[in-house]
Amino acid sequence: MPTETQQIHELANQEYKYGFYTDVEADAVPPGLNEDIIRLISEKKGEPEFMLEWRLKAYRHWLTLEEPHWSNVTYPPIDYQSIIYYSAPSKQAKTTSLEDVDPDILETYRKLGIPLEEQGLLAGVAVDAVFDSVSVATTFKEKLAELGIIFGSFSEAVRNHPDLVKKYLGSVVPHSDNFFACLNAAVFSDGSFCYVPKGVRCPMELSTYFRINAAKTGQFERTLIIADEGAYVSYLEGCTAPMRDENQLHAAVVELVALDNAEIKYSTIQNWYPGDDEGRGGIYNFVTKRGKCAGVNSKISWTQVETGSAITWKYPSCILQGDNSVGEFYSVALTKKRQQADTGTKMIHIGKNTRSTIVSKGISAGFGQNTYRGLVKILGGAENARNYTQCDSMLIGDKCGAHTFPYIEIKNSTAQMEHEASTSKIGEDQIFYCQQRGLAVEDAISMIVNGFCKEVFKELPMEFAVEAQKLLSVSLEGSVG
Amino acid sequence: MLEIRNLHVSANNKPILKGISLSLKRGEVHSIMGPNGSGKSTLAQVLAGRASYEVTDGEIIYEGQNLLDMAPEDRAREGIFMAFQYPVEIRGVSNMYFLRAALNAIRKHRGDEEVDAMDFLALVRSKMKLLQMDEALINRAVNEGFSGGEKKRNEIFQLAVLEPSLAILDETDSGLDIDALRIVAQGVNALRTPDRAFLVITHYQRLLNHIVPDFVHVLSEGRIVLSGDKSLALELEDKGYAWLEKEPVA
Repeated sequence: MPTETQQIHELANQEYKYGFYTDVEADAVPPGLNEDIIRLISEKKGEPEFMLEWRLKAYRHWLTLEEPHWSNVTYPPIDYQSIIYYSAPSKQAKTTSLEDVDPDILETYRKLGIPLEEQGLLAGVAVDAVFDSVSVATTFKEKLAELGIIFGSFSEAVRNHPDLVKKYLGSVVPHSDNFFACLNAAVFSDGSFCYVPKGVRCPMELSTYFRINAAKTGQFERTLIIADEGAYVSYLEGCTAPMRDENQLHAAVVELVALDNAEIKYSTIQNWYPGDDEGRGGIYNFVTKRGKCAGVNSKISWTQVETGSAITWKYPSCILQGDNSVGEFYSVALTKKRQQADTGTKMIHIGKNTRSTIVSKGISAGFGQNTYRGLVKILGGAENARNYTQCDSMLIGDKCGAHTFPYIEIKNSTAQMEHEASTSKIGEDQIFYCQQRGLAVEDAISMIVNGFCKEVFKELPMEFAVEAQKLLSVSLEGSVG
Repeated sequence: MLEIRNLHVSANNKPILKGISLSLKRGEVHSIMGPNGSGKSTLAQVLAGRASYEVTDGEIIYEGQNLLDMAPEDRAREGIFMAFQYPVEIRGVSNMYFLRAALNAIRKHRGDEEVDAMDFLALVRSKMKLLQMDEALINRAVNEGFSGGEKKRNEIFQLAVLEPSLAILDETDSGLDIDALRIVAQGVNALRTPDRAFLVITHYQRLLNHIVPDFVHVLSEGRIVLSGDKSLALELEDKGYAWLEKEPVA
């Protein structure tokens, strides 16, 4: 018979079930950042000269920048010289074929519910697995290659498709973009690369699973997705990290390019370790994500479910350059314990008849602070641009906070804008009503919150919508007492 | 099945119920009547387990168990259902989904298998006819955008699906027009069985023209001042509540 203390302990651990650590030998660079470290990273990755030049250019620019502090979050100063900028499992072979993957790492992904065997649970989803700084495996690669789709690690793309990388790298998020994006450009270690050729509709979900394992390591991955004319791709990323007392920095960059008549759907389920009840530990998730609807009739859709991280600072954005292009942003951000999130989007309307939709759902529980920050900008040439924005906040308990900062800049009088916002408190009345029908309090909360997020969840690929609902339920366990 | 003994209840330290005793048997329909503020709804809420009320004295025994020790969801699973006076809206959660979750929570508690979507749909369709519910209503979010009458009808529809042993109707007639009232009452009458008890709380006698009670109790200032059969309701209709306060309690 387990004692009550054991049961409580088990329950507490259940809260973040991905907090384990895998003991694998790592090949890491010394902590700190200087040009030698950058050269070392580039050398370890066997990169061509142009990549090293790009990294150094970014690093030199980064030295002139200051960390931004305009967001609605607080944290102690980050010592950029104490971070390890590169860590890779040392047994990792140069290629990312499944046969060569360290069995310990395969086991790690199995524990995370992401079997890398192609006949595994996620059949129909191609997975690129990124472990600390490198991509360790990519599934279904050959099958995709038959259609001309390139999907795999960024490092491989740099070696095998340098022309594509050269053409598009930094074309949406330049090396000088902002403090964290600039740092990423200097030190990024790996990430996913995807190119879908003209007229090809990618037949399966592509997915990258990011795992931070090593301590004191920052994760700086870079993802680049290009949908050529008339192409379609749906892509999903998931993230977890071990539980540690110190904070870890995750500064990723994602660039999307959609050419004429192309469509990219990008979904994120972010579940980095959020820190403990007192706010110790957790990931600083400072991420720059931006997509460019470069071609006419192109469409980029961001869907994100953000439940993890101590601090989330991210604004997946769309540059609507092509005429008739469409940008979408659907977001659920949950903050509990001492978590802070400052997240939203930017929709930049440049082309004619461009349309954008923003649906943001913020849920705050415990001492969580949740901020929506969004910009809708209609440029002078954007005739007949339209935007619809809906921001809903839900509060659970009385010690959390919800904030909304919508910015609107319009330079063309034909623009049509709609903005709706609401704040609700999860009511005792609602919970009691559910209880009176036989539902337990936690099931009631989970049902009410999932109902609140429904408009966003329906945008997720089927398999992941179910995951997202479960994740939200687990995350909210014990939020109302 | 339900035994209320000397029940005293306060809210914000203010006494509301001052010694209620009441006994319900299976198959009986009891009506509680009384003026506004007499404590009728408080009694319903306390039976359902609302936390904002404090029971200061007395006890409630339901099917041999101490009801006051049970969590609201356990009371529901043991067969107590309350039709709310003000049903709550739950955004984004369909009526179907909500009701199936509720039914399965109750079935699981009883050790029965959960109903699958197909069987549930069949069950729901049969009960919808009873309440003349529109199928569109079933697929909408719980009570969201429902009219007052639709909300009340939805409560009785839930009652029909969940099949409780004890049904408490808290002013189900308020806000209903005469046609809706008739439909709701027909639904309730169809659900009267020898195993099921009803506690019908109402301000007006008109509901009792349609749902004929076995017993009528009059609540005033937190006490049951008069009990009788259905003729008592008619007498009240005639005289109003005011005379109760003047006459000494027999």
